[in-house]
Amino acid sequence: MRMNRRSFLQLTALAGGGFALDLYRSPLSAAQGAGAPPDLTPQAFIHIASDGAITIMARASESGQGMRNMLPMLIAEELDVDWKDVRVEQADLNEKIYGRQFSGGSHNTPQGWEPMRRVGAAGRQLLITAASQTWSVPGDECTTQSGRVLHAASGRSTGYGELAAKAAALPAPALGSVKLKDPKDYRIIGHSQPGVDTPSIVTGKPLFGIDVEVPGMQYAAIEKAPVFAGKVKSANVEMIKTLPGVRHVLVIDGGITPAGYTPWEPGMEPGIAIVADTWWQAQQARKQLKVDWDLGPAIAQNTEGFRKRAEELLQAPPANTLRKYGDVDAALKASAKVVEATYQYPFIAHVTLEPQGATAHWKDGKLEMWSTSTLPGNGLSLVAKTLGIEESDITTHMVRSGGSFGRRLQNDYLVEAAWIAKRIDAPIKLLWSREDDIAHDPFRPGGMVGLKGGLDAQGKLTAWRHHFVTYGDEKNATSGGGIGQDTYPAGFPPAYALYISKQPLMLRTGALRAPGDNAYCWVAQSFLDELAVAAGRDPLDFQLELLGNKQSPWSSSDHDAVGDHEPSGQEVLIPERFKGVLELVAEKSGWAKRNKETGRGMGIAAWFCHLGYFAEVADVSVDAQNKVTVHHVWAAGDVGSQIINPAAAESMAQGGVMEGLSHMAQEITLADGKIQQSNFHNHPLMRMRQTPKIEVFWRKTEYAPTGLGEPTLPPILPAVTNAIFAATGKRIRTLPLKQSGFGWA
Amino acid sequence: MPIKLNVNSMAASVDVPLEMPLLWVLRDILNLKGSKYGCGIGLCGACTVLVGGRAVRSCMTKVGDIGGQPVTTIEGLSPDGLHPIQVAWEALDVPQCGYCQAGQIMTASALLAHTPHPTDADIDAAMSGNLCRCGTYTRIRQAIHEAAEAGAATRHA
Repeated sequence: MRMNRRSFLQLTALAGGGFALDLYRSPLSAAQGAGAPPDLTPQAFIHIASDGAITIMARASESGQGMRNMLPMLIAEELDVDWKDVRVEQADLNEKIYGRQFSGGSHNTPQGWEPMRRVGAAGRQLLITAASQTWSVPGDECTTQSGRVLHAASGRSTGYGELAAKAAALPAPALGSVKLKDPKDYRIIGHSQPGVDTPSIVTGKPLFGIDVEVPGMQYAAIEKAPVFAGKVKSANVEMIKTLPGVRHVLVIDGGITPAGYTPWEPGMEPGIAIVADTWWQAQQARKQLKVDWDLGPAIAQNTEGFRKRAEELLQAPPANTLRKYGDVDAALKASAKVVEATYQYPFIAHVTLEPQGATAHWKDGKLEMWSTSTLPGNGLSLVAKTLGIEESDITTHMVRSGGSFGRRLQNDYLVEAAWIAKRIDAPIKLLWSREDDIAHDPFRPGGMVGLKGGLDAQGKLTAWRHHFVTYGDEKNATSGGGIGQDTYPAGFPPAYALYISKQPLMLRTGALRAPGDNAYCWVAQSFLDELAVAAGRDPLDFQLELLGNKQSPWSSSDHDAVGDHEPSGQEVLIPERFKGVLELVAEKSGWAKRNKETGRGMGIAAWFCHLGYFAEVADVSVDAQNKVTVHHVWAAGDVGSQIINPAAAESMAQGGVMEGLSHMAQEITLADGKIQQSNFHNHPLMRMRQTPKIEVFWRKTEYAPTGLGEPTLPPILPAVTNAIFAATGKRIRTLPLKQSGFGWA
Repeated sequence: MPIKLNVNSMAASVDVPLEMPLLWVLRDILNLKGSKYGCGIGLCGACTVLVGGRAVRSCMTKVGDIGGQPVTTIEGLSPDGLHPIQVAWEALDVPQCGYCQAGQIMTASALLAHTPHPTDADIDAAMSGNLCRCGTYTRIRQAIHEAAEAGAATRHA
């Protein structure tokens, strides 16, 4: 049985009718996976007008990670044009010509790095061939520079525009055959290029999903049950139809069957859709809705019940063993000291600042959609399946979104918009309210972890016993609630066991930025800090020593970027890289010479996920009321040989830190099946006045570049809680902070 | 009876209920999509516009309460997109997803109008009601300082 969250995602995405969601697989294994990747051609991505204007298609969805810059920059570099002359255009969904168009799992960099550069180089090769044929000179005597082909021997040169028509008609060279630049010649890669949409953003141009305007459009809002998957028994539909601006009231039966395990994209949630001339009118009408709900079995769910059941499971023998080597119980018994702790963390919501929504238009048997999905191919198949139409009858425009953080990997809002559109004779824009967005989020699942660690008389780690209590049924862990078999520190302690037990959950869950890792890092790096303290050791030295003692090979035959599977390559945790970022952040933060004073402290933590390594140090003070101020954060990252867009990369790393801090104060709780949080007052985000100084440092290594949307986030949580311990002597083992008696200043 | 408005120095007349929030009048009646919906109850600041020069939450402001006060949205902040704040935002590439930035910019413009050289504490006080889910606060702070300097340079030129 595989309990790995990645394989789970893949399987369920397939079951949902889409292609494999190999969010976390390595570029190589993805290429070998089900369904051969299309042959990419330069003509699909590069359009050069006769006047020399260059358009590069951005294939991936953009929700703020800078994908509209990063991937086109790779093409432009090898095409050998000036970035200022490039116009980037968002491609519609067409995976047959663009390859995979999703953004998730920090995968666009590793998946795009080689193919996109080769697309650019192939485009350059076509232009050279066109010039050499025109001039009747050998192609290898031609060079390029800033959008021109040059022939030095004859002193001739011509702009790409003049060659474009001829080049476009030539057969594209095999991507594997084209020559790539020496990185020392890069003029675009490694040089900060401001966001291609930034001028539109600062002037308020329509750009986002919520801004889509289609002539004759109507607006939809959906009222759903306060309890997951509750169904409509009856409602005052006829009365609502008479309210100002209301055009249609549609009852959605929904396709979800509440059970102890809720799959990825479980189907439409039941509810009542109100379509009106303006969204405000739809919302006003909603206030007068009187619905008799059949709330169903999920009404029995309570946060307190989950906690009690998790505690029972923790006391009981674990249900499954994910990873074990050595005799962990014997090693603990033989240890000079045993440290025991229970960590717990809550469900949290994504709260993208732009709530979920989509626009759709059904006309003459064809569907046109404006989608903010970061997994748009899956959205297409789901919509086709739900509406009973052919995928070939659907056009998907990919629209910039106001944030995803994993939320828009799921396509529930898109399916809803399409479902409504098919039933009315006008284009519709669906928008969720903030309250809808929180109540019907695919939450980051909570969890509880029981830990035992052993130390010998010299203060060395002897054993690590890890019992993870999560959610799911016999077969499946809930999405975002599985754990990789070789998740750190597996492989390093001399004796080790990772057990898992599950309790049922009738809720939609999903991937939230650095899924799994955003919690497991906090647990593991906090407990390591506890062990170091118990051993009387400096936590940095303690961890560096551990990293120097690899005990056991990676065990998993599965693909999991947390650090397992193949015995070599970038997908496994490479101790030297993990140590490298720890040493760099220690140096930059002055870790060795840090002050130790009451009420102020520094904490350190590191993690490997999504092929990237980050170590972070936080400098924190805590006042007499346990209010916490984070003053300064140092972050050191290793995402390979090249930082493609440095200013954007720095911003992304700072954002990861801020998001991690936000997570520490957030929680989603349930009472009688109802989500208790509704808006930013009770599911808060960090604010300007709470923002520390955040310095970001890169450790360049020989490895191919990988993504950094996700790995920047996890270490900040334990860096801060370890700093709180250093400042106060109080160990935070329960999040959010307020459940441990702390809070942000 | 139509409501008369002055939006971005243009006269507009809208036939909507008095209690309709200004945000939705701007977005869905006047087709000015720059101001954003984030929370609907004044908690996030994404909908911030200037009414009579003050930064207000348009999601909480009834259109009937505007009266003759001029309304300025992100679209009307400058004729050419070259307000010092816009220039600084672009130069520092402040946005990530960009969804909150219209509100951030409008709040910052009100801050600079009243406090041309804000301290970090002034920025904390003025800007802490505008949430950025991506966490671009470091760059926002930097951009406000840059815009303040550029504004001073312009005035002394």
